Amino acid sequence: MVQYGQTRFDASFAALSDATRRGVLEQLGRSDASITQLAEKFHMTLTGMKKHVGVLEQAGLVTTEKVGRVRTCKLGLGRLEQEAAWIEAYRRLWAARFDELDNVIEELKRKEKADGRKKRK
Amino acid sequence: MAAKKESDTTVERKSDRELVVTRSFNGPARLVFEAWTKTELFKRWWVPKSFGLTLLSCEKDVRVGGKYRLVFSHPSAPEPMAFFGKYLEVVPNARLVWTNDEGGEGGTVTTVTFEERGARTLVVYHDLYPSKEALDEAIASGSTSGFGESFGQLDELLVTFGAERS
Repeated sequence: MVQYGQTRFDASFAALSDATRRGVLEQLGRSDASITQLAEKFHMTLTGMKKHVGVLEQAGLVTTEKVGRVRTCKLGLGRLEQEAAWIEAYRRLWAARFDELDNVIEELKRKEKADGRKKRK
Repeated sequence: MAAKKESDTTVERKSDRELVVTRSFNGPARLVFEAWTKTELFKRWWVPKSFGLTLLSCEKDVRVGGKYRLVFSHPSAPEPMAFFGKYLEVVPNARLVWTNDEGGEGGTVTTVTFEERGARTLVVYHDLYPSKEALDEAIASGSTSGFGESFGQLDELLVTFGAERS
């Protein structure tokens, strides 16, 4: 089972195999940062840092957003975490729905009991 | 972790293409089935108030080959959304199978079973997606965009995500 997780794991491991990228994740764990800030922090060129961020983004570990001329990076959920979060939200939807169904069933039971009493009279 | 109650709702991705929801209800299968198949009862629970969704109309012709159609509206959706399909199997108080055709032919097939266990009934809601990609996509769009453009079977859930974010 769960073959669908394999390629995702591969992408994550590939992303984490590099010390700079692990450092970037650690840094983003403390606060969001622009590519420029990350490049300075790790003494790299902008192009080099863009490449690393691209790999992390591909693996779903980082998300980036461009506002004006600044691209801000932040930690993203990995795909497996994303799926787990989705399944939990989906579960909450069904739990709420089924709680309401519970009420309807309780009411049907009460009604059936009351009808049964009437019939016996 | 809190002890798991028998009545707890569970969700599991059983395989690449299958998503399964289970829940146990305190009542006989025929009452759960009745609440599921009678339109006026179904309307009361399918869309809990907290979702922000309104069920505009609901038609169900619960027999083999019979059709159903649900229309929802939501403040964040520009147009009402329709969900429809037909019943492939109808076994009273035990089993329902229907298609979800809003995304075209060959969509998700839903099977619900009602299994009586003493005074309780176990409901198993099983979605079989046409492909691994279709289920992946439903999950990805639900967790990233919140309100997907494709109108799949899970759109009402996507709308919920959208509502939670706004």
